Amino acid sequence: MNTVTAPEYLPDTPSSSPTMRHFRAEKFDFWSFFFSGLTGLATLFILGILATILLNIIVNGWSGLSWHFVSTIPKKDFFDIHTTGVLPMIVGTTFRVIVMTIFVIPVGVITAIYLTEYASNTSIITRIIRAAVNNLAGVPSIVFGLFGLGFFINFIGKNLDVVLHNTNAVWGQPALIWASLTLAVMTLPVVIVATEESLKAIPPGLREASLALGATKLETILKIVLPQALPGIMTGGILAVSRAAGEVAPILFTGVAYYMASLPSHLSDQFMDLGYHVFVLSTQSPNIDQTRPILYATVLVLLILTFALNIVAILIRARVRKKLRALG
Amino acid sequence: MAEILIPKITPPATAATAAKSAAPLIEIENISLFYGASKALKNISLKLDEKVVTAFIGPSGCGKSTLLRCLNRMNDLIDNVRIEGAIKIGGHDIYSPDVDVIELRKRVGMVFQKSNPFPKSIYENVAYGLRLHGVKNRGELDAAVEKSLRQSALWDEVKDRLHSSALGLSGGQQQRLCIARAIAIRPEIILMDEPASALDPIATTRVEELILELKKDFTIVIVTHNMQQAARISDQTAFFYIGELIEFDATGKIFTNPAKKQTEDYVTGRFG
Repeated sequence: MNTVTAPEYLPDTPSSSPTMRHFRAEKFDFWSFFFSGLTGLATLFILGILATILLNIIVNGWSGLSWHFVSTIPKKDFFDIHTTGVLPMIVGTTFRVIVMTIFVIPVGVITAIYLTEYASNTSIITRIIRAAVNNLAGVPSIVFGLFGLGFFINFIGKNLDVVLHNTNAVWGQPALIWASLTLAVMTLPVVIVATEESLKAIPPGLREASLALGATKLETILKIVLPQALPGIMTGGILAVSRAAGEVAPILFTGVAYYMASLPSHLSDQFMDLGYHVFVLSTQSPNIDQTRPILYATVLVLLILTFALNIVAILIRARVRKKLRALG
Repeated sequence: MAEILIPKITPPATAATAAKSAAPLIEIENISLFYGASKALKNISLKLDEKVVTAFIGPSGCGKSTLLRCLNRMNDLIDNVRIEGAIKIGGHDIYSPDVDVIELRKRVGMVFQKSNPFPKSIYENVAYGLRLHGVKNRGELDAAVEKSLRQSALWDEVKDRLHSSALGLSGGQQQRLCIARAIAIRPEIILMDEPASALDPIATTRVEELILELKKDFTIVIVTHNMQQAARISDQTAFFYIGELIEFDATGKIFTNPAKKQTEDYVTGRFG
C-alpha cells in the first residue's frame, strides 16, 4: 500500500498544531447542550399546553356536538342539552367577523400605503401615526368596547337616527354593524403592520422599472405593488379574523344579545355570539353540571368556526399566490 | 399640465457617426449633483448625438450611474438630491419646472443592472408600458409586443409561451425581456445601467449584439464596468473619476490613444 505524503510545498500542519486545535470539538460542551435542551423544552411546554387545551375541549365537547345542536335556534331557556342549539351564535359570530373584514381591510391597506409609499419617514406626523398604530394594538379590548358604545352608538348611531328621522332607535342602539366596526378598529393595527411589511418586501427594482416606463406613482402602486403585496395583506386579514372571532369584550356593549328569537337579518340587528354564549352558559346556568356538556360543545364549535374561517382565508391566499407565481 | 415639451427629433442627416448630425440630441450642461452636502457630480458637460452608443466608464462610485439616472430623472425618487446645471434633450431642459416627467420617461427608456421583469406574463411585461400610455386595441398590442420581442432577439425563444410567467426565463432572457419592455413604447433614448454585469459570457454576447442592432433605431447610453464591452459596442466613451468627467472622445481614441494619463491608466488596468 502506498502512503500518501504531502508534497513538500505544503506547510507541515500536524493535527496537534496550536492553530488547528481550536476547530476541534473534542470536549463535551455543556452550555451548548444546556441551551439546545432549554429551547427544546420550552417548545415542548408550549405544545403541551396547546395539546392539553385542545384535547380537553375535543374530548368533552365531542359528545354534545350534533347536527341538531348546530342547526337549532334555541328557546330562551337554553340550558338543556337535548333541546338547545347554537345556530344563531354561529351566524352572529360569522357575520360580525365578515363585516369587520370588509371594513378593516380597505382602511388598513390604505393607511399602510400612505405610511410606506407617500409619507416621509422622518416627518413628525408619520411618527405620530406610527406611534398611534402601535399604541392602538396595546389598548385592552374592553376599552374598545366602551369606545364603540360611546362613539359608534351614542354619537354616530344616535345622530344617524336624528338625520334619518327615525322615531325609534334604529341605529342608536347596539347592533351588528357597530360591533363589527368596533372590532375593525381593534384589529386595524394588525392589518396595517402586515400590509406595511408586505409592501416593504417588494423589490425596489420593480417600482423603478414601472416608473422608468413612464408610470405614475399611483399606477405603479395599483398595477405592480399591490398585486404583489396581496398575499401579505391577506395574512394580515387572517390574523385579524383569528383575533376578532374569539373576542367578547369589544362586542359586549356594542351589539351582542343575551337572547334573540330569530337570526339577525339586518346590520342594525343585535346578534348572539359564540364567545359571549360561553360566558352566559358558565355564569347564568341554574345547574352547572347539567350545562357543562353544552358549554364544552359551544367552545368546540367556536374553535371549529375560527379554524374554518382561517382555512377559507388561507385557501384563498394560496390561490392568489399560485396565480401570482404562474402569471400575475 | 405641461404639454409635451420635447419636440420630435428630425431624422439624422446621414449614417450615424457623431460628428455628422446637426445638433446633439442630449446636451449635458455643467451638471452638478449633490447628495445632501456631498457633491457626487462635478460640473459635467457632455454632448451626445443621435443614434450613437455612448459608454460611461470609470471605477465604482465615480458618478456614471448617477449621471445616467439624471437623464430620465430617476434621481427625483431619492430624497435629498439637488441638481444644478441643465440637461437638454432635443433642445429642451428636462429639469425645467414645466416638464412632464412621465412624458420624459416615455421618451427616455431605461434598462437596469439587475433584470427586473414584472411578475407577470412575458406578454404583459412588454405590453405594460403600452397599456400605461393608453394602447387598448388587442391587435395593436399584439403587433407591438411581437415587434419588440423580435427586436430584442427574444421572439423565437418565447413565442410559444408568451402567456407564461416572465420569471421562468433565464437571467439573460429576462434582461432581453427588460430591453423589449423598454423599447416597446418606442423611446428615442435607451439608458442602460450595466445591463450585462449579472449575466454569463454567452448571455452578455447576446445583449451586446442586441445593443449594436438597436443602435440603428435608438440612441443608447450605457454604463459599464467592462472595458472590453465598452470597446466592442460603443462609438464614444466618457471616462469618469470621482464625480468628474476626465475624458470624452471616440471609443477608439480613448482605448488606444487617450489624451489624459488617468484615462490611460484606467483603460490599461493600472488602477480602478
